[in-house]
Amino acid sequence: MDFTTSDDRQMLAEALRRLLADTWDPETRATAAYTTPYHLPTAWKALAEMGVLAAMVDEDHGGFGGTGLDLLAIFTEVGRATCPEPLLATLLALRLLSSVDAGDDLETVMAGTRAVVAFAEPDDPDAVHDLATTAHGGGGGWRVTGRKSVVHGGPGADLLVVTAMADDVMVLLAVDPSDAAMHDYGLIDGGGASEVVLEDTPARLLGTDVGGALDAALDAGRVALCAEAVGAMDRLVDMTTDHLGARKQFGRPLASFQALQHRVVDLSLEREQARSITIRAAADLDTPAGPRSVALAKHLVGQCARKVAEESIQLHGGIGMTWEYPGAHVAKRLVMLDAQLGDSDHQVQRVVAMDAADA
Amino acid sequence: MDLEYTAEERAFRDEVRDFLADELPTDISEKVRTGHELGKDDHERWQAILHERGWLAQTWPAEHGGPGWSPVQRHIFDEEAALADAPRLVPFGLNMLGPVLIEFGTPEQRRELLPRILDSTDWWCQGYSEPDAGSDLASLRTRAVRDGDHYVVNGQKTWTTLGQHADRIFCLVRTAAEGKPQAGISFLLMDLDDPGIEMRPIRLIEGGHEVNEVFLTDVHVPVANLVGEENQGWTIAKFLLTHERTNIAGVGFATRGLARLRRLGTQVVRGGAPLGEDPVFAARLVELEARLEAMKVTNLRMLSAVQAGGSPGAASSMLKITGTQLRQDINDLSRRALGPGAAAMPHELDGDLAIVPDGAEATAAHYFNNRKLSIYGGSNEIQRNILARQLLGA
Ligand SMILES: Cc1cc2nc3c(=O)[nH]c(=O)nc-3n(C[C@H](O)[C@H](O)[C@H](O)COP(=O)(O)OP(=O)(O)OC[C@H]3O[C@@H](n4cnc5c(N)ncnc54)[C@H](O)[C@@H]3O)c2cc1C
Repeated sequence: MDFTTSDDRQMLAEALRRLLADTWDPETRATAAYTTPYHLPTAWKALAEMGVLAAMVDEDHGGFGGTGLDLLAIFTEVGRATCPEPLLATLLALRLLSSVDAGDDLETVMAGTRAVVAFAEPDDPDAVHDLATTAHGGGGGWRVTGRKSVVHGGPGADLLVVTAMADDVMVLLAVDPSDAAMHDYGLIDGGGASEVVLEDTPARLLGTDVGGALDAALDAGRVALCAEAVGAMDRLVDMTTDHLGARKQFGRPLASFQALQHRVVDLSLEREQARSITIRAAADLDTPAGPRSVALAKHLVGQCARKVAEESIQLHGGIGMTWEYPGAHVAKRLVMLDAQLGDSDHQVQRVVAMDAADA
Repeated sequence: MDLEYTAEERAFRDEVRDFLADELPTDISEKVRTGHELGKDDHERWQAILHERGWLAQTWPAEHGGPGWSPVQRHIFDEEAALADAPRLVPFGLNMLGPVLIEFGTPEQRRELLPRILDSTDWWCQGYSEPDAGSDLASLRTRAVRDGDHYVVNGQKTWTTLGQHADRIFCLVRTAAEGKPQAGISFLLMDLDDPGIEMRPIRLIEGGHEVNEVFLTDVHVPVANLVGEENQGWTIAKFLLTHERTNIAGVGFATRGLARLRRLGTQVVRGGAPLGEDPVFAARLVELEARLEAMKVTNLRMLSAVQAGGSPGAASSMLKITGTQLRQDINDLSRRALGPGAAAMPHELDGDLAIVPDGAEATAAHYFNNRKLSIYGGSNEIQRNILARQLLGA
């Protein structure tokens, strides 16, 4: 047994931590995350140059990482910085592009061409295999029609990776965003998304029968979200303990009230539970145990994250409710990330369904 | 025991329902329903309609222009108004300063100020909290020093709700430094356009502008603007806190929130079936319903005790905690019901491109904004301290 992080990952994590602390300081976060294009194109370039994108891809596909533990290291830092760069969307794209061996696309995306995946639809966002979007190939190339919803990182993206049904088979297509109707909007926790309306839109076929690859990509994304939550919880629990130590009411630090001491201890328990189950899921990713571990982790982490967010606002008092206070943005992110890639309740149902299928 | 309203109370409820159906402007209720911000003019229009009917100053005795309602009638109005998507009445003039002036004000103050509250000439805000005096309100430091027939006021107030719309502010200020901190506080009225007062907005977590900071520098306030005696401010503040707070539980808001959530369960599809058929969601909804039903009865028990001449006492602390937690949990499940689309900033995309059902656009914003419910009005921890003292005698 060994819970130390490998030197390579440790170095990458530290470099990433410095980069994000420089580019995404709290003031920048409080403005740039909420104004188009909802991220910093310069920061994206820097992330690509640092190799963060390549670290999300395995060696067989030209990267130098791509395991669950790599994602754990990277996304913990993303969470610690409350970084709204659309890294999750690109992780999903890199995973899918790897699974269909799209070598050229992979190379450009690792180099900083920003790709995002459009997989969910408005009427039933969890039903990612039951798609209304259709595609057909023919003499004039592929065309795709449908609407994709809450496409994270959509604003300003260079490439859309789209799932659609061609007859009864799920296909993966590359679409140029300038060929699609992109309706961009901001998200309450920072970052942007798009409603993508496709109407006989030209597309390039990337792969067919990609249902299994999509599931695997989403699981990698879930590990990333769990790790992001752990990083954000680390930051927010620290901010909360600092605040309780510094703020005085009734002539003494808030930290001296036992009612509050127990509350903040409970938060640290939540955080450690979240960290441990995330390590489990990261280690199991891409093994047969992966899907179940990942669902358990996403289930538990979603709840821990919300509890830490709500409690930290409460323990801060009014100041925790203000835009100006960086912790408020961390709290928003912690609450909202649960809804991505299937929320805590949805993960319970996935586990139950997996067990029923195995029985 | 009889848990039902009396025949008269039922008749009153029908009267309120008819009134709301006929008189509440639909453009205003539509803003409330869809979570659009209400302007000052919206509040004023609604207040004028209520005033016309004699229903505005609901907590004032009839001789001062109140409707003379019983606590149960006030509760019925609050519940029906919430269900009809009426705006929440801004409480500072109507439910705070009004009753204070009636109890502690001079005849002149009452004569001058009460009518101006009723006809919306004066919009008041509340200047209690300071950066260093939150839960420990008695430690407030804004000083008022007597200088002839004026007080000279220096200090800072914060969290002033809707101060941006206000004409005047009632403040707790320090007029004596000796003795217990509570004993040196006075209740003072100021005009916000007095020289030396500066107001700055505070943006809240979800992005809205609802609270402000107020900086007070050498503000000259006539001694005639003192309410009650000098150094009686804490008694007045406590009067307000223990003054019948029949709406503290927010039963109407919770009832409306749960009804909307139930509707979301039929509108949202999750994994191929309506969300309401999802057993996990259904179980959570039933739990909220049970908590609401229990709280409704606790609230009615408190109301009937008050109606019989009792004091709400511990019940108001209990209802504050139970009611705010329930409303926050309803907000939470509503946000979760919407899935990933809940994160979309409200109203950036409407119509064909809408991501969530009509009326649910601001659900996540409300969830975050309503974290305030357990912080203000005496935080839930402070309420627990009060209850602990009563239960344990500690
Ligand atoms: C949206 C909003 C609107 C508001 N509107 C107004 C207004 O119009 N006018 C006005 O005057 N004020 C207003 N307030 C201020 C409000 O009353 C204060 O926020 C509240 O009193 C808490 O004070 P604080 O924010 O300084 O938190 P603190 O007092 O610093 O408390 C921080 C945390 O410590 C806890 N705590 C403090 N002391 C104890 C203790 N002894 N034991 C256990 N726990 C404790 C608190 O419960 C809280 O969880 C508003 C606040 C908000 C958020």
